[in-house]
Amino acid sequence: MLGYIIQRLIQAGFVMLAMSALVFVGVYAIGNPIDVLISPDATQDIREATIRHYGLDQPLWQQYLAFLGRLLQGDLGRSFVLNIPVLHLVLSRLPATLELALTSVLIGAFVGIPLGIYAGYRPESPFSKAIMAASVLGFSVPTFWVGLILILTFAVNLDWLPAGDRGPTVEIFGVGWSFLTWEGLCFLALPALNLSLFKLAMLIRLSRAGTREIMLSDTVKFARAAGLTDFTILRRHVLRLISIPLVTVFGLEFGSTLAFAVVTETIFSWPGVGKLIIDSITSLDRPVMVGYLILVAFLFVTINLVVDLTYAVLDPRLRRGRRV
Amino acid sequence: MNPALLQVRDLRTHFETRAGTIKAVDGISFTLERGEILGLVGESGSGKSVTGFSLIGLLDAPGRIAGGSVMFRGQELVGLPQTEMRKLRGKRIAMIFQDPAATLNPVLTIGQQMTMAVQAHGGSGAGAALALAARSLALVGIPDAAARLNAYPHEFSGGMRQRVAIAIALLHEPELIIADEPTTALDVSIQAQILAEMKTLAQESGTALIWISHDLAIVSSLADRVIVLYLGRIVEYGPVSDVLRAPLHPYTRGLLDSLPALAAPGQKLTQIPGTTPSPLNVPPGCPFAPRCSHATDLCRSEPPRVGDHHHGAFCHHPRPVAP
Repeated sequence: MLGYIIQRLIQAGFVMLAMSALVFVGVYAIGNPIDVLISPDATQDIREATIRHYGLDQPLWQQYLAFLGRLLQGDLGRSFVLNIPVLHLVLSRLPATLELALTSVLIGAFVGIPLGIYAGYRPESPFSKAIMAASVLGFSVPTFWVGLILILTFAVNLDWLPAGDRGPTVEIFGVGWSFLTWEGLCFLALPALNLSLFKLAMLIRLSRAGTREIMLSDTVKFARAAGLTDFTILRRHVLRLISIPLVTVFGLEFGSTLAFAVVTETIFSWPGVGKLIIDSITSLDRPVMVGYLILVAFLFVTINLVVDLTYAVLDPRLRRGRRV
Repeated sequence: MNPALLQVRDLRTHFETRAGTIKAVDGISFTLERGEILGLVGESGSGKSVTGFSLIGLLDAPGRIAGGSVMFRGQELVGLPQTEMRKLRGKRIAMIFQDPAATLNPVLTIGQQMTMAVQAHGGSGAGAALALAARSLALVGIPDAAARLNAYPHEFSGGMRQRVAIAIALLHEPELIIADEPTTALDVSIQAQILAEMKTLAQESGTALIWISHDLAIVSSLADRVIVLYLGRIVEYGPVSDVLRAPLHPYTRGLLDSLPALAAPGQKLTQIPGTTPSPLNVPPGCPFAPRCSHATDLCRSEPPRVGDHHHGAFCHHPRPVAP
């Protein structure tokens, strides 16, 4: 088990290295940041001084090595535009996105998995068919449209919930969180719901497919022959057996929601990292783009690592070296 | 006198499919006494497994019991609500399956699975349930049973896994165990061991056993009586020794002639000509008539009947000895 973790950590390191090179080269190829940084009528001296200051006169590989060296020391550079450290900038926005993404995947999991299991357990019932029809909608209706409809319904017409912004936060360890107050939850509700619909639909379909398959298996037949109630079978046998694909999707979705909640954050003016990256792209703020993408890669790699380790917890056959 | 442990009368199990109704079990009757071992023999599609699942109320859709009666200790099981049926399953009637690798849940420990089976029938505490589980494992010959409760199914060999499944079936000391080809997936040597142990266990505990198998040789070494099924109907029944020594039905004779274990050395093994007809299109009269070399016009039009004999065959022209 320890060897497995070490092996995965080394792999993760290589993924990060490859990702840093890709991101750095990719972003370097876009535009010339100097044109954004200084006004067009600046003198040639100022222009060259600025280029030297940011190290843009050096060859690409030297810039990359310097970037890598700083990266290893936890320094992602300073924003060209705001002139504050990128790490600081991203981390100040990350909790908002983290909270939003986590809430939405949890809604997806805690609502979607039970509904999916029910739909797989009673595939012929009208309620199951309604669940499946709704899940098709969740898949196919675009997020931005649902977001606008949610605002129109719950904020404009019914006036139950705020239309956007983050509202008040409570500080814990110097970071503000919304979910601790009722008012904060009200602000969180609509964007989280909007973001969770796709995950909800996907988890419903996955758990339904898994449940249907497992309900026909000999494991379930044998459990029934032993006199177990259907509820116990679903809770103890089925849920455990379908959990591996669910954890995979949960992890991937959590990662991609963290990184790309852009649409929802824009519609609900949620001050998260999604908005930050859009702003930095429009202003060609290269350090922010690079730093953000590196952090996203890091998050993905970490989440995948956690998912892999969860497999070993869920499936004893994957725990190598265990012999009784 | 007490009623028989199990009395099956004219059991009919049908599967409604788009192509038509499949009569998987088409009027089967038999009686099983306490502690008796009954072999249910037939080819694939003969309805032997469906019979087992019908008895324990675990038919998969679209299967349903279309008629007949199953009396278990004087209680009618056909039409019994699932909630009542569940209370009997595992407690009084248990079932074991062919492939222990598929029946045991790979992600739960043996102890967890056995505890669930114990607690399905009453609220024993976890400690008591585990003690019962360990005792049951020891009974089926698993060494160091208490320690093995923490093991997962993949940490057992195939034979040991099947023993675990048998231990689960034995947990509540049921009066009847339905065994659906439980040794088919195992090595021959393990097979023989488990057969011998099952026989001893059944004798010691007074548990009746319905042993479903396609293999007459296995049944001959285990069962007291045997029923031979063909296309969902009984073709021959009787005490094992009588059926094996003097088969009355041409189909039984065909099965016996194709068995290497029972053939005399040097004797050529024969096979039954033709193939089993589609269950959607069962021939009128005797279902075996199209493949039978002795069939007459009577066989092709009139279903054979049998009197209430000790050993009988549903055949118009039963022959006690092969020609």
